[in-house]
Amino acid sequence: MKNGLTVFLAAFVALGASWFGFVYGALEQLGGQKQTVVLQSTDNWPPQRTGEATLGLQVYKKYGCAACHTEQVRQTDAANEVVLTSLGDHSAQDFRDFIQSLMIVPELMPASNTIVANLAAWKGDLPETVYAGDDNTVVSTLASKLKTVKVKAETRVVPIGPDLQRGWGMRQSVAADYLYDQPVQLGDLRAGPDLSLIGVRAPDMVWHLQHLYAPQSILKGSTMPAFRTLFEVRKKIGGQASPDALVLPQQFAPADGLEVVPTVEARELAAYLVSLKANQPLYEAPFTTANAAK
Amino acid sequence: MKPADETKTISVTEIDTSCRVPLLALFGGAVVWLVLGLALGLVAGMSFHKPDMFADHAWLSFGRAQAAANDLLLYGFAIPAGVGVTLWIFARLSQASVALPLVPVAAANLWHLGVLIGTVAILLGHSTGYPWLEYPRPAAVLLFAALLLMAVSAAATMGLRINRELYPSHWFLFAALLWFAWSYSSANLFLLSNPPPRGVVQAIIGWWFANNFIFVGLGLLGVGIAFYFLPKLAEQPLAGSGYTLFAFLTLIFFGAWCGIPQSAPVPAWLPAISAFAALLAFIPILAIAIIVWKTAAPAGLCLGGGPFCLVRFGTLSFVVSAFLYLAEFCPRYSRVLDFTWYGVGVTQWQLLGFAGVMLCGAIYYILPLMMARELPFPGLARAGSFFLGGGVLLYVLPLVIGGVLQGLKLEAGAIFADVNARTLMFFRISTSGQALVLLGSLPLLLNLFVMTLQWKLGLVKALLAAIKAPLETPAARRDTEVTP
Repeated sequence: MKNGLTVFLAAFVALGASWFGFVYGALEQLGGQKQTVVLQSTDNWPPQRTGEATLGLQVYKKYGCAACHTEQVRQTDAANEVVLTSLGDHSAQDFRDFIQSLMIVPELMPASNTIVANLAAWKGDLPETVYAGDDNTVVSTLASKLKTVKVKAETRVVPIGPDLQRGWGMRQSVAADYLYDQPVQLGDLRAGPDLSLIGVRAPDMVWHLQHLYAPQSILKGSTMPAFRTLFEVRKKIGGQASPDALVLPQQFAPADGLEVVPTVEARELAAYLVSLKANQPLYEAPFTTANAAK
Repeated sequence: MKPADETKTISVTEIDTSCRVPLLALFGGAVVWLVLGLALGLVAGMSFHKPDMFADHAWLSFGRAQAAANDLLLYGFAIPAGVGVTLWIFARLSQASVALPLVPVAAANLWHLGVLIGTVAILLGHSTGYPWLEYPRPAAVLLFAALLLMAVSAAATMGLRINRELYPSHWFLFAALLWFAWSYSSANLFLLSNPPPRGVVQAIIGWWFANNFIFVGLGLLGVGIAFYFLPKLAEQPLAGSGYTLFAFLTLIFFGAWCGIPQSAPVPAWLPAISAFAALLAFIPILAIAIIVWKTAAPAGLCLGGGPFCLVRFGTLSFVVSAFLYLAEFCPRYSRVLDFTWYGVGVTQWQLLGFAGVMLCGAIYYILPLMMARELPFPGLARAGSFFLGGGVLLYVLPLVIGGVLQGLKLEAGAIFADVNARTLMFFRISTSGQALVLLGSLPLLLNLFVMTLQWKLGLVKALLAAIKAPLETPAARRDTEVTP
């Protein structure tokens, strides 16, 4: 390459191609994204946040919370389960014998050992997972065979992965979850736990306010910095505690006659945190909700 | 790659001193930002030693100070220092003085003003919230204007060359300028416009930008600089010219497509392309490693400190940090490595160990040449380079190792709080490395500051001497002219 123009053109094409793919391509595919529908429901996803929670995202951004917290969970796989919910008139032993008789069905052969082993120690408690695994043929065959006898069984989709096992999510995060976020705060470091389901795990605003003021008062040994600037420590007016004042353990409480009151920003941030709940199944991230199983 | 001797219209010394004013404007601010950025990073990390430390000082909270510190290292130091070194290399390769010398001076001032505004804005809580693009609109506009001016000056200097042939350094450095200007402007135009793109598109643009600005852009810059300095060190031409072109083309074509994390909540084709591109991007890194090895190995181990030692450390850091970076895009590894301190360690390795150390070395080399005087504190400079190299390793290695262990434990389903507490030990070790790097950067600031002062004092002295000199009367001048 002896010519400046050649170098320029090569570099231009190389960067231009990746721009066209990742910037233009992503804008074309996702730039006009709209709300989607929750699986087996008419609800829209994601729900619009309240005004307070929308402002709270700006506080989240202002304090750089995304430096330590992610808002995205991963799922390594999804297991299909066949769960027995009712035995009808049959006894546990009848059911076990019936399952044993099914094991000659060719479609069930690959899973026969696990299924029999699952049921060997079963004493008849319900619901009982008959099969859990990623083999769709086994699940559908088993489900259809169970329909022929008078027992009730259902199939469930259970997303699995360390994040979900930890209770950080019910399914993997998908693009639709962030439709109303401006700016999107995915985060790339987990110096603290993931927050995509924090609104379900900790639905109480007061809990969040206390946690923001003194994280160690809730979780001993927490490495989260306190955000005392979000709170006002002031004199109790007329000796009466304000209804908004935090109720703190002795060690973290201010001196007598003083009280800790959350500022508007603290309230907004707590409202935002409570609004973070990716708990609905979507077409691209299905799971069977606990409600449906009952 | 040495400047040829034929048809010399301008001496090497003249070229070097022609760089003095523009490069001082770029380097001066850059080195101040480097020291401030390192200090701020150290302060930010304190939150992990004592969580309550800045509870009443929001501007020093981890989320803000860390972002400001990272941006200071990238925008404050790496870019202006890198552009300064590029200008000097282009002038040397063109055998001409810097074209339009006032343009980089203006650009440097605009740039440093932009960095100042951006840093203050982040600390006061006015960050945009996009990683690596935290500077708000006014600062971003200033940076882009300055970047364009710098690129114009560099391209003009490149155009002055007598020998029309382009050297490998030309390709890499020229492409780096295009990469910086395009990715920075494009990402900011989309993200800081009103309304910005919807949902995760913001994150996708952010990933595209970070990959192209830091991995590819800084990579091109650093490799271009290394390909100029390493042959000087080894006193032999750059090895394997065919390899070099191959490495350049594969780096820009494959490197540009990396950057989308494997676990990202986006349509699957995006991370899939990145994974494939990252696999292919191992090729140019390997090729560069071979070229560097073949060129520099005959010079033997270089442990004496000084500019060349730093440049070699930087080159080695580029190869290692690039491999570690690309490994993050392997789907199997990403499950372990994503969201851990590993990513932080790799980024710091790229920013400090590679770009930072290499640019410090280049500045130490250029400084005496352009000021036409020796370094005032050469001993401190040598000691500083050991602190830089050792400090970087002590800073990033615990983060990388700790990150891998953290990821493995979390993947195995361990309790988060336990893993977190154990990983903090690695973070705390890395803090001492951070402090060493800060110490190592101080001699550069001191040398640069004293040399600038000496030069300015010299200017004042010359001015005074000119004022004090007895006026020559017309009669006296006639006399001198007449007497042959």
